[in-house]
Amino acid sequence: MKALDKIKIAVLCLCIGMTFCYGKALASDTVKIGSFLAVTGPASFLGDPELKTLQMYIDEINAKGGIDGKKIEFIHYDTKGKAKEAKNFVNRLIKKDKVDVIIGGTTSGNTLAVIDIVQKAKVPLISLAGSVKIIEPVKKWVFKTPHTDRMAAEKIFQDMKKRGITKIALITGNGGFDKSGRAQCFALAPKYGIEIVADEKYGNADTDMTTQLTKIRGTDAQAILNFGFGKAPAIVVKNIRQLGIKLPIYESHGVASKKFIELAGPAANGVRLPAAALIVADQLPANDPQKKVLLDYKKKYEAKYGPVSTFGGHAYDALFITVGAIERAKSSDPSKIRDEIEKTHGFVGTGGVFNMSPTDHLGLGLDAFKMIEVQDGNWKLLY
Amino acid sequence: MDQLLQFLISGLTVGSIYALVALGFSIIYNASDVVNFAQGEFVMIGAMSAIFLLKDGMPYPAAVFCAIAITVLVGLALDKFAIEPAKNATVVTTIIITIGASIFLRGAALLIWGKEIYGLPPFSGDKPIVIGNATILPQNIWVMVGTGAAVLAVKYFFDKTLMGKAIMACSYNKKAAFLVGINVKQMLLVSYGLSAALGAAAGVLVAPITFMSYNSGVMLGLKGFCAAILGGMGSSMGAVAGGLLLGIIETIGAGFISSGYKDAIAFFVILVVLFIRPSGILGKAESDRV
Repeated sequence: MKALDKIKIAVLCLCIGMTFCYGKALASDTVKIGSFLAVTGPASFLGDPELKTLQMYIDEINAKGGIDGKKIEFIHYDTKGKAKEAKNFVNRLIKKDKVDVIIGGTTSGNTLAVIDIVQKAKVPLISLAGSVKIIEPVKKWVFKTPHTDRMAAEKIFQDMKKRGITKIALITGNGGFDKSGRAQCFALAPKYGIEIVADEKYGNADTDMTTQLTKIRGTDAQAILNFGFGKAPAIVVKNIRQLGIKLPIYESHGVASKKFIELAGPAANGVRLPAAALIVADQLPANDPQKKVLLDYKKKYEAKYGPVSTFGGHAYDALFITVGAIERAKSSDPSKIRDEIEKTHGFVGTGGVFNMSPTDHLGLGLDAFKMIEVQDGNWKLLY
Repeated sequence: MDQLLQFLISGLTVGSIYALVALGFSIIYNASDVVNFAQGEFVMIGAMSAIFLLKDGMPYPAAVFCAIAITVLVGLALDKFAIEPAKNATVVTTIIITIGASIFLRGAALLIWGKEIYGLPPFSGDKPIVIGNATILPQNIWVMVGTGAAVLAVKYFFDKTLMGKAIMACSYNKKAAFLVGINVKQMLLVSYGLSAALGAAAGVLVAPITFMSYNSGVMLGLKGFCAAILGGMGSSMGAVAGGLLLGIIETIGAGFISSGYKDAIAFFVILVVLFIRPSGILGKAESDRV
């Protein structure tokens, strides 16, 4: 019996030893991409397509032999949209999983919560969240792919100026996205000669916004701007029509999914919003550089999971900016990857053409946003 | 001031939704002194079931009926598998069990129906009805009528029927009720089924106005709970008074003071009311249960 035990132990030791060797051999042949996304919870409609996109393309890259022969090892955690979880998971990604680059932060709150951690650990992070605060002021290790709320506000104000609108009523929710958007509207309005004559708020889980809109009806606003996402904007639009208000309605890029049109129904007709080109990909002129990228992504995603959203597209952009940087760096060293991410130039993604620089960690111009109007229950590309 | 009419109508609209949810709380509270925190989930399950049955091609009335039946089954199962096995637990423990059940039901709904938000077509059109310089949607009238009918039915049930009285007896003293021949276990089961049915009806009525997703029950449950507390827990008239009052406070607060502090104003008023009348506006004082 004792002899048998000894053999057992010896075999065990051998096994452990082999795993170590094997593990090491494997390590040099992989590049580790970590991610922390809000796949469940209130922001799940953002995080879910993001994760699906990452998984789909990482599988595809690995099936083709990886990046320069290096397989991608993908490690993912679900934050449920909670900032505290985001912090824990990012610490785990850095200290335990020892990832080379991190994609994530579905929401601005989640991303802002981890900036200090990645800055200290010197690991590059590409965020999928909207707020301009993530990249302004520029942080050495932090990048992002989605358009900012400031760009959305600018695009909307440009359109208003074209239509001769100078007085607007603002109505926003109580979420982080809403509040940040509201602040950008106030900061930018004077630049475009626009006066905000009403500033109303609602809770994102509220069931009725007619009170706020009745107040807006009593002002001399020439248009209503609603910064929000989820079901609330659909209720706002329906309530506006219910009250018989005929003013032009502007929404933010937060409602750029078919769900909005489905929920708001005929009330959505005439609503204008800035959005990434993905939702009007087939309406783009043939010479648009993004057209092919967008249609390819749409085809692949829809074949596997169903209707695309622009949010999954942000993950696509982040992943391929990372892949490009790893290819150019010819290394999985985080600081080399960071330098190459910053040099991203002319990358055609779903959000636009990215040209990053040491002073611009997003790299998108205002033309990356398209102005879209809802017509007969469908998106119509205006310009 | 010409806005006041619209504020009041909006307040009554929102308030009747709260009242309908609050009513569901009162039945289980009457039977067992327990606040069932899964009440909001009953609302969600009723609405989501109806939405998906309708999508599968079932005619509207049948879908509504089946949705209510499904929710009743969920309510009965909740009592049978979670509440009844813990029959010797204190009220607080049972309340915690209902919180756990609400999380479980939410998770199950997430797995079955996904994370998307859905709407239900209104019962009778989307054309607003104009009253003076205010407007109201036909669906809002449906909610008000539905709430009114439900209140009268619940009141009749508890005041006039033998079963209703038996349920009330269980709440006052379980042992005494048992001794006079009331099947306490069965009464509790009935109360969970009834309250689930009421929740589901609320869900079907409000889904065309407010849209539904797997987690919509949380907020509706919370507001309904506030309304029930404000009006007096266990009183069906109190639920209505609390709901309508909460709705009107919210809209008047948002309309005349600040929409950003809408909820804060409402909670402040609730605190003041409860400070003066701890058992709610129409609640009975607790002194008769020594």
